[in-house]
Order: sequence, then C-alpha cells, then structure tokens
Amino acid sequence: MRREIPIAITFIVGVVFAVSYFIPREPFSEFESQFGDWFGIIAAFAIWLGAMNLMKISIVKIGRKSPDYFYSILIIVSFLMIVFFGFFEGYKGIYADPQFSYRDAGTGFNWIYEYIYSSLSATMFALLAFFVASASYRAFRARNLEATLLLISAFFVMFGRVPIGDMLTGWLPDGYTMSGWANWIMSVPNTAGQRAIMIGIALGLVSTSLRIILGLERSYLGGE
Amino acid sequence: MKRTELVVSSLIVVALMICKFLLPKPLLFSPLVSTIVTILIGCAFLVIFILTVKGKPIERRIVFLVVGIALVFPFFMKVELPIRISPEVQQVYDKMSSLPAGSKVLAAFDYDPPSAPELQPMADAFMKYAFEHDFKVIMMGLWPQGPQQANQSVEAAWAYNPQWMPDSADEKVYGVDYVNLGFQSGNEFVILRMGESFKSMFPADLYYTAYDSVPLLKNIHNFSNIDWGVNFSAGKPGTVEWVQIAVDRHNLPMSAGNTAVQAPMAYPYLNAGQLIGLMGGMAGAAEFEKLTGHTGKAITFLLSQTYAHVAVILFILIGNVAFFLNKKEKK
Repeated sequence: MRREIPIAITFIVGVVFAVSYFIPREPFSEFESQFGDWFGIIAAFAIWLGAMNLMKISIVKIGRKSPDYFYSILIIVSFLMIVFFGFFEGYKGIYADPQFSYRDAGTGFNWIYEYIYSSLSATMFALLAFFVASASYRAFRARNLEATLLLISAFFVMFGRVPIGDMLTGWLPDGYTMSGWANWIMSVPNTAGQRAIMIGIALGLVSTSLRIILGLERSYLGGE
Repeated sequence: MKRTELVVSSLIVVALMICKFLLPKPLLFSPLVSTIVTILIGCAFLVIFILTVKGKPIERRIVFLVVGIALVFPFFMKVELPIRISPEVQQVYDKMSSLPAGSKVLAAFDYDPPSAPELQPMADAFMKYAFEHDFKVIMMGLWPQGPQQANQSVEAAWAYNPQWMPDSADEKVYGVDYVNLGFQSGNEFVILRMGESFKSMFPADLYYTAYDSVPLLKNIHNFSNIDWGVNFSAGKPGTVEWVQIAVDRHNLPMSAGNTAVQAPMAYPYLNAGQLIGLMGGMAGAAEFEKLTGHTGKAITFLLSQTYAHVAVILFILIGNVAFFLNKKEKK
C-alpha cells in the first residue's frame, strides 16, 4: 500500500490536470482548483520542511564540529533572528492601529532585509562580474568553430547592449549598427536555439510525465 | 605587482566607492580628468596586452582590480550616453502608454535583491509612470522577497514625487490606487488558480485586509478584469510561467522585464506575440527610464556597465590574440 496509494494519487491528479487543460469545464475545472489548492498547501509545508532540514543539518555540523562549523552557527543565528522579527512584528502589526506589515519600512525585519540581506546577496551576485572577466581572459578561446561563433556573438551582443557600440558604428545605416546586430542575434539565432531547446525539453517532459502518471517511473517514491 | 600594491590599489577603489555614496555633494570629475582616467585605463590594457603576448599573463587579482577600476571610476564621470531604444522596449512603452487612466495593471515582482540592480530600476520607472497616469496597480510576488521589492518601488515613487505620499495633496491611497497582495507559495499553480479567482490565492492583502474589503479589488475576480500585466522576473517562477498560463490560457496582455541572463529565454515568446515587449537587463531598464522620462539608477550606472563590457571584451581579445600568436610561434 505504501507504493500503490502514491501511484494512484499521481495517476488521478496527472490525468485530471491533463484533461482539464483540454476540457476546462466541470467537473475537471473544479478538480483542478482543488488539486491546485492542495499543491499550495504542500508547497507551504515544503518551505517549513526545507527550513527545518537546514536547521537539522546545521545543528549536526555544529555537534560534530565539522570543518567550517562556524558558518552553521551563523545560519542558525540568522535564521532565528529573522524568524523572531518576522513573527514578533507580524503579530504586533495585526493588533496595531493602523495595522502594519512586518515588511513595512521602519520595522526591524525590513531593516535586516534592506541593510543586511539585500547588501550581502547583491555583493555575492556582483562578484560574478569579476569572475566572468577573469574567465574571459584566461579561458575563453576561439579553439574551434563553436567557440568562435560564441565569441563573435558575445562580442556583438556585449557591444550592442551598451551605448558605446552605437557610438562607434553610428555612421552605418540603421539596422547595421552594433545594437542592430545584437538585436538580430537575439531575435533570430538565439530565438531559434531557444525554441529548439524548449521543444526538446517539452517533449522530454511529456514522455517523463506520462511514465510517472502511468506508474512506469517510480524513482520519485524512493528506490527502484 | 606586489601584494601590498594590490591591497593599496584595491583599498583606493573601495574608498572611492564609499566616497561616492557618503559624500553629501556628489563628487564628479571634470571632462579632462574623465578623459585622463579613461586613457590610463586604456594604457593598463596595453600593458596587459604586451605582458600577455610575451607569455607572462597577469594574475587573477590584477584582472579583478582592473575590473573594479573600470566599474568604479565611471561613477564619478558625467558623460551623456546616447541611448538607442530597442524595438522590444518600445513595445512595452507603447502598450503602457496606450492604457487610459484608471486601467487595472497587475505587476508581478518575481525577483530578490541579487537581481534588484537590474530589475528595480524598471520597477521604479514603471511605478512612477503608473502613479503619474493614474493606473490602478495590483502588486504581488511569486518569490517571497517580491512584495518587499514592490514596496521599495512605491517608496521610489514617493521619493520622486512626495505629493503621492500618505496625507499629501495628491496622495495615492493604498487600497484604492494600489494594493500589495503579498507572496503566495505554489509557483505556477498560483497563476493557474488566479485564472479563476484572485481571492482563492490571496484571501487577504499584505496588511491582513480581507480581499473583499479592499476597494480596488471589488470588481477584480480574475485575469479577465485586468487591462495589462507586467512581470519583473529573475528566474523560475517568472515570465515563462506567466506566459504559459496567464497569457496562453487566459489571454492576459502582458509585458516583461527580465535580467540580462534570463532575457534570451523570453525572446521566443516575444517573437510569437505572446509577450508585448521585453526589457532585458540594465540596458533595457535604461531604455525604459528614457522612454518614461524617469531617469533613475539604470541610466546613472549605464556608464559603469559600458566600461565593464568594454573591459571584458578587451580581456577576451587580449587572451585570444596572445593565444593565436603563441600558437603561431610554436609551429
């Protein structure tokens, strides 16, 4: 039964979603709504599950004094701090007059969000620019046809996406400037490539979904 | 370059950045100083080129330093850049400007702070334009951080025109002119359910006000009551999911603003007419700011991005020229 029930649920939900796409009428639309609500509830629980799992892993790391366990302490402290401010100010906001959200300007939660979380995450993302530049200098070589095509496209798109490209090629007829070439690359070869990838992914998804719905693919249940 | 020299140079770059944001009066280079700085950066690349060709490639830390300089020094330069409007950004603006006052606009903020440098300028310009033209804005997020980014764009609009702030003459009233529905978990299922009923996914707004008690939401049941949708997206769930469900199944007219990395994935939808325009990255944001007339961070920092792009292109060229010259010598 531990396998049969999940397979039956998967089959029913999968068939209802597939049918309701083509027949958006009762009773399928009602079923779709119900299952959509279930999904929302499961997704909300999954957030908690993820958070609890993170806590468990971090606590185990600290207990074992694993390498870099200091970062696990940071994770737990940050997590508890955010949870405290979120719940405390959220609760306070409900009963305040006028009501306010824990995310509003002036709250502790918002202060942490704007001045710690935003700054740190933006910094991490910004570091990419430095690593991209380093990789471009050390590794991006026109070693074969594919790499050369990629390099030429990168050259046109990077120049075409900033004003200097048009400043340098502004004397050319409209459409032949750097931005014109960048737009052409994005609209024609890029779109063609993206469509090929999307269609490929869609076909793969359809076949995998069918295998899951029909119970042929059971790896999501664990084992097999 | 010695380690101490590297550290000192890096500290100077960091100090300059701090100066930029802490000085009460903006520090700006004169055109002459700007030209000299640009020439010096060019000379640095010339030295890097010579060293690389000689088979002495520069170490990674110097690459970082050069990129840092190329990014930071333009903060202090005053150069008017000619921004050419791309057809995809023009489409967004044309759609937005065709909407009459009172139009109901759904704005989905599906991004978090790491992507904010690219997406927040678009969102800010959109919000200022929306308030200026009396659109009724319904904000929401499929990412937990989205509603907070939405609030930041409202604050940006207030900073632009303090008359829109609460208790001001031309106040934009929360719940009447705009509303923040907050975040709902469930990714594309949220969009799917919103197709039938917004209320089912957002029984209350961000401030715990029941859906039916918000005046702006009185006659809004699903996508058929929305005049235009705009999605600021940095990944999944984002533009792709909105197009596949809200646009394809419920015919919501929709435009999108994406990060530069994500924008190429949205082009197939643009060319198929499923998306009405697309703003890609900071360049797209700068074009949008120019069209709306609300100069913001995108236009201000576009010069930095220009220098960074040129720096990366030069690094690629130098690396490849050296690669081919060395290959020739070996033969």
